[in-house]
Amino acid sequence: MPQFEPILLANIATQNSHTRAVYESTGGYSALKKVLAEMQPPALIELVKSSNLRGRGGAGFPTGLKWTFLPKDHPGPIYMCINADESEPGTFNNRILMEEDPHQVIEGVILSCFATRAQTAYIYLRYEYPLSLERLQAALDECYAAGYLGKNILGSDFSLDIYLHRGAAAYICGEETGLIESLEGKRAWPRIKPPFPAVEGVFHKPTVVNNIETVACVVHIARRGADWFKSIGVPADPKNPRDPGSYGPKLYCLSGHVNKPGCYEAPLGITCRQLIDEYGGGVWKGRKGKAAIPGGISMGLLTEKEFDTPLDFAGPGKVGCLGLGTAAVVVLDETVSIVDFLHNSCRFFQHESCGQCTPCREGTRWALEMLERIKAGQGRLKDLDLLLEIGDSIGIIPGTTICGLADGAAWPIKNAIRKFRNEFEDYIKRTNPKGYAVTKAVKALPVVAAH
Amino acid sequence: MATPERILTDEMVEAIKALFPRYPTRQAVTLPALHIVNERLRYVPIPAVVEIARLLGLAPAEVQDTLSFYGFFKQDAPHGRTRAWVCRSISCALRGGEQVLDHMCHTLGVKPGETTSDGRVTLEFGECLGACDFAPCMLAGKTLYKDLTPERADQILQTFE
Repeated sequence: MPQFEPILLANIATQNSHTRAVYESTGGYSALKKVLAEMQPPALIELVKSSNLRGRGGAGFPTGLKWTFLPKDHPGPIYMCINADESEPGTFNNRILMEEDPHQVIEGVILSCFATRAQTAYIYLRYEYPLSLERLQAALDECYAAGYLGKNILGSDFSLDIYLHRGAAAYICGEETGLIESLEGKRAWPRIKPPFPAVEGVFHKPTVVNNIETVACVVHIARRGADWFKSIGVPADPKNPRDPGSYGPKLYCLSGHVNKPGCYEAPLGITCRQLIDEYGGGVWKGRKGKAAIPGGISMGLLTEKEFDTPLDFAGPGKVGCLGLGTAAVVVLDETVSIVDFLHNSCRFFQHESCGQCTPCREGTRWALEMLERIKAGQGRLKDLDLLLEIGDSIGIIPGTTICGLADGAAWPIKNAIRKFRNEFEDYIKRTNPKGYAVTKAVKALPVVAAH
Repeated sequence: MATPERILTDEMVEAIKALFPRYPTRQAVTLPALHIVNERLRYVPIPAVVEIARLLGLAPAEVQDTLSFYGFFKQDAPHGRTRAWVCRSISCALRGGEQVLDHMCHTLGVKPGETTSDGRVTLEFGECLGACDFAPCMLAGKTLYKDLTPERADQILQTFE
């Protein structure tokens, strides 16, 4: 295999990589110029479709296909919403792109809007990224000054405005329709689909919601072609029609107990172990890895024996995880208690459930209260089966809840207990050897000790 | 009847109105308007909600409904001169984030969500600040503090005005 050349992060080591001057000096906006001069929107959609680009936000839906769901010949307006609300614990790849190479992101937004004929794009940016806000706004200002944005971009008949819209610290705003509701000025309660956003999205108009890294990939597909994109990654499995392949470069976020946490670009299909050892410098303090989250906290856990799982769209699903998710790998070393991990996870989802659907609102709280009780030494062995039952009840898509948050909350529960049941049983037997029933209310406890 | 005292300054009203052309509905300006008021007053009291609603052509209940969902906006009293979010999610927790938060609670004598009695600091827990490469971390104002330890948190606290 030839040496992999980073594309999405190619500029970030350069000084002032966030400025237009640096971006243009490395070929920035050449894709936009080429597309505006040579292509019509359907051709660009076709190009992205043929690249098999799948959304990088977590669900992995084919991007070009999503664009074709927009109604044909709609009088408009059509809106583009860029999802920059990444809040999945462990995930920060969008932040790196927005802080270090905002023009790459903006060029991707412009190209995506050109393809979908959107005339207004909103970048929904999470509150916690003030530097991204500053750099994106500065980059947008530079773009308006250079004629890349506004009316009749570069002399074409294509016009576009991009606005930044700040969230207010809520995980659910990263959900496609929660984001739309929030953008409209309401509480971020996800919508029942259909209608799908492509038909009726923000302001009741056709809308595409794309992730930051996804639109960054569009730039390079426009620049280098679909064949280049498909030369990277893992091909489709001919024996499995449900595996359309995992193509292109991917930003992997590596954090937790590794020597060198960071955001690394690698071809889709790299294994978790390669990522930890070759990029992350191995597990810290010379310890052994115990488990890893393959793609954000909602994906479940890989045990150490499963570290050779390829991190492509199909890989984690083959070992009982929900999927690749955001490709944010969090490593847990051998000293971490899985009970602590699961408590942390349940606490997160309980806090971030929007409360609209009963199974999620009640289920996440119930799971958290049980974990708090177990941690406080009042767990009973039968609690484990009950937790699994909660996991199975709240996390069935489609059906019980409007959005996927409940499913995301359920997978760490199901995974941790199935893969580390002995550890839970040992903990309960050790801390509550006589199996006493609950005798007092349990207060919130600190989690995971520092090592 | 006396004219009720206005909370929103002319500058805030202008800043909010300047956003109208960006959106096809006035309601979409709700979050930006709440941010504008929250940034300047450090909270969004009920009378401000009423004024924002009037500006946007909404019922106050609609603005209040949105505000209360996010939990980000303070309403009873302004947050401290510095608002500090300490991350407690998994990557930070694995590297001691919870201990840093506990330590800061102890040092400041507050619980997460509370403000010190001198109005200097409001301490909050954050659900993943998206800076897991620098865990454990804290966002205070616009500054991200990286690779925290309890000792370093003490030093940082001293720099807050």
